[in-house]
Order: sequence, then C-alpha cells, then structure tokens
Amino acid sequence: MRLPAFWLCAIAVGAAFIVLTRVLVANEYFYFAGYVVLQYIVLSEAWNILGGYTGYTNFGTGAFFAMGAYSSVVLHKLPAALHGAFGWTVLPVPLPLMILVGGIVSGIVGLGTGYLSLRLRGIFFAIATLALAIVVQTLITNWDFVGGSRGIYIIRPALAPISGTYIQYLFSLMTVLAVGTVGIARSIEGSRLGLGFASIRDDELAAEASGVPTLRLKLIATTLSGALMGMAGAPLPYYVTYLDPTSSFNLAYAVNAVAMPVIGGMTSWVGPVIGAILLGTIQQVATVTISSALNLLIVGLLLIFFVIIAPNGLIGLVQSWRRLKET
Amino acid sequence: MAAATGEALLEVKGLGKRFGGFVALEGIDLTIAKGERLGLIGPNGSGKSTLVNCLCGTLHNETGSVTFEGKPLNGLIAHERTHLGLARSFQLPKPFHSMSLVDNLRIPLLYTVNARPHHHLTDAAMAARCAELLKDVGLADKARRRPRDLTQVEMRKLELARAVATEPTLLFADEAMAGLSHSEIEEILAVLLRLNQQGITIVLIEHIMSAVMSFSTRLVVLVAGHKIADGPPQESIRNPEVEKAYLGE
Repeated sequence: MRLPAFWLCAIAVGAAFIVLTRVLVANEYFYFAGYVVLQYIVLSEAWNILGGYTGYTNFGTGAFFAMGAYSSVVLHKLPAALHGAFGWTVLPVPLPLMILVGGIVSGIVGLGTGYLSLRLRGIFFAIATLALAIVVQTLITNWDFVGGSRGIYIIRPALAPISGTYIQYLFSLMTVLAVGTVGIARSIEGSRLGLGFASIRDDELAAEASGVPTLRLKLIATTLSGALMGMAGAPLPYYVTYLDPTSSFNLAYAVNAVAMPVIGGMTSWVGPVIGAILLGTIQQVATVTISSALNLLIVGLLLIFFVIIAPNGLIGLVQSWRRLKET
Repeated sequence: MAAATGEALLEVKGLGKRFGGFVALEGIDLTIAKGERLGLIGPNGSGKSTLVNCLCGTLHNETGSVTFEGKPLNGLIAHERTHLGLARSFQLPKPFHSMSLVDNLRIPLLYTVNARPHHHLTDAAMAARCAELLKDVGLADKARRRPRDLTQVEMRKLELARAVATEPTLLFADEAMAGLSHSEIEEILAVLLRLNQQGITIVLIEHIMSAVMSFSTRLVVLVAGHKIADGPPQESIRNPEVEKAYLGE
C-alpha cells in the first residue's frame, strides 16, 4: 500500500475505533485497560525506531516516558505557580499542548543522549541509556516542585473537552497518538531514512563507506524515538492521578518496550503493534484475573520463548514460513 | 585500459598512525595518479589495511596530510570522503544482510550520488543503475536475493558493485580476492580491469602475487609501517629490501 493511502486508512481505522468504542462499550474499565495497550503501541513503536530499525538497544524508555509525564506535571502546576509568584493569571494548559511539550522535552533529551552516547555501540550504548534512566530518576526524586520522592496528586478537570468521560478522552488521545506513531514508523520504513537506518543496523562501517552520514541518522533516530516516548508519557499524570518516581520510572516500561517489538518482530512497523496488542492484552487480563505482580514474569517467559523459537518475532516466523512454502 | 595521466589524484605526505605504543604507519609518502592501477603489498601487519582505513576516513592519522584532487582530506569523516569520490571494498565482505542486492546498491546511490550537487537520480533511473551495476558484476539474476544466498565470490562482487555505485574516482579494493579459487580470482580481476577502463583509479591491496603482478602498473611495498619500495612491479619485487621482507635474510 502506498504511503498516502496508508495514512488515510490508518486515520480512518483510528477514527472508526474511537467512534465504535464510544457507541458499543460503556464499561469504563475497558478504556482504562485499552489506554495502557495503546500507550504500549506508541512506546514499542518508538523504541523500535532506534532499537529495531537502527539496531541500538535502548533501556532508557522509562526516562523518556517519565520526562513526558513530568513535563505535564510542570505545565499543570505552572498557572498556579505563576499566579502565586507574580500574580499573573494564566489559563490551564490543554492536554494536547502538554503532549506536544512532553515530546519536545524528551526529544531534546534524546538528541543530547544520542550526541553523548552514540559513539558507543552494542551493550555499551544499552548501559548508557540505562544510566540515563537512573540519572533522570534521581533528579526527579530530588525536585520538590514536581513532588519529589513523595509524589504528586493531579486532579483531573471535571469535564472532558469533548463528549464523554475524562478517561474516554484520554483513550481517544492515546488512539490518535498510536495512529500517528504507527504512521510515522511506516513512513520511515520505506523511505530513504529507513534504508539508512537499516544500513546502520546491518553494518555501520559499510554504511559510512557507502556515504551514509551515520551519526546524523542516529541522532534523528534518538530524537524521534525519545520524542514519541515523551508524548506517550505526557497524559500519564491525568491517567493515574498520582505520580511518583517509582511508578513513573517503573522497570516495566523499559522491559515491555523491548519485549513487545522482539515478540512481534523488529524489522517492520507491524511487529511492535502485534507485540503490544498481544502482550499488553495478556498483561491486562492477568492483572484482572490473577495479579499484576505476574506481568513481568509473563513478559520474561514470553521473551525467553521467542528468543529461542522465533528470534525474528512473529513477523519473522511468518516470513520464514512463506519462504519455506515458496521453495 | 585507462591510461594513467600522470596528474596526481591522491597525495599522501608524511602519514603516521599509532595504536598506543605500536607504530602502525610512519612517514608514508605516496602519490597516486589518475587512471593508475596501483598494487599495494606487504606481509601481514605491515599496515596496508591501516593505510586504507586512514585514507578512507575510518581511522584518523595522527601525522601527515592527505589531499584528494587538490582538496585536503584531514578532518573529513568516512562518508564525506566517499561523497568526494573515494570508495573502498572491505577485506571481509560487509553486505547489508537484511536487504536485497538491489537495496544494497540503492544505499550508495541515495546517500552518495544523490547527495552530490546537481545530481538527482529518480526512482526509475536508480533502478536502471542498480540493474546495470549488477549486470556488470554478473549478479543480474540475483537482484532480489539477499546476501546470504550468495557464494563467496558473488559476495566479493557485490562488495565491489556497492563501492562502484558511489561513482568513485578512486577505488581501494582491500583483499578482494582472498580465499577465492584461481578461476574466481580471474573473474574479480576482469571486473577490476573493466572498472579501470571506465576511468576509475584502482588501488589493489592483495597477497596473491600473480594477481597483483598481472593487474598493477605500479607496485608499492609496505613493511612494518614503512614504505620500502615504489615503482614498476618487476622492479619493486626485485628490490633487496622486499626480498628480505618476504624471503628472510
């Protein structure tokens, strides 16, 4: 399918999904659970731009995600703080703008991280991103304005800006973000940029020798990936209504963002979507039926299973099966 | 065969490279003329690949200067040198494994040829150029295959085709024939000679002496990071220092 047609289809599917769920589903829990699955589609697709397309494993998803969340906290508190300090009256910042700001903040941090660490490769880059998560968590834990280690309560607005409840509004926003992220990933995949990313993943020296400006491309990947993760995190304070460093930097975000593309398949935009829907749904079902404590165990077991049985994920499994059939 | 014009294409003056305390290259002076077929030989560890890596920007030389078509190369990174017209093949083939052969060639077309001023290949022109390059190296029937489906000699040909796709003025073929049979060596030599006829200056770094001697119009010998001979092939290999390096005292 050509790119404009793909975008049109994705927008149509997203719009139909929002409308149909509003019409057919009244249970609020569906929106709570669906929000998490959609959030993981954004996170795993964002992770895959750097980890899958470019071949650089990022364990710092939690940092980019939490920076998006905390930039929303800052914007949420800003009108009251400005009023208190200078007597200025500032209107509350709308959530879509917070999402944009969260994306910009995390994108800039992604650019900086990339600049400082992209000369590292393989496991060393992965360790550097893990260190970033720890550094950012320490900074947030010691920043009183956003609640520090105590955390902070966020009171949702009484009314959603569009019809329905606030959680339905958050669900709709996350659907838009998921559609946008999938569209961006698909656009990259078949483009000059996507081929450049793939050449870096396959062999960086050969890519340079072929004229690919590898450092510039890696910076684009870290910035874009970080920005999308930040955008996924920005609505979090309004979803959880209580944000603290332990939950916002939860290891589950980093682990899931890696596991979902690995399970779905990392070389295509479809893989992270399949992985996120599959794993996200299993985790939500496990949370309700057994215990949320089992979530990471489920991810771990599935990861081990896929690394052994299908190292190229479900997409790779289907591709190998097709090749076998052809031969 | 493209005749060497005598006009300097690449000039290396006093080039030196160290790895910690180990001197890999020292005081290398070298001039390569346009259209030339230069053989670069030396025992293992003599600094041949290090020299290629320094000239192509993969490594940075600590001392000395390199100019290419009159432009200084010092400070330029590998892809910038590729854009200027320096290309290389690798000692161990480094294909883009996840891509078809066509996409392997599209990378240099997209990122090098299209990056040059006043160059813009359309998708159709790019497809035609890929087909032409693959035909030139005898891989036309495998255009949609992945590198894993290729034999060793085909992999070497793909490596050369990808380097040629950058439309270079100077090509470094780093041990392009290592591990190949006699007939396969002949195939690669034929490809290299054809490229030289098309006007590409070629530096052949090789251990297979019969190939080097039949291909080169000039031979440079490196030993322990120093240039010990530079001249016509027959003359260079009779140099007493070269005989000593290869055959011992």
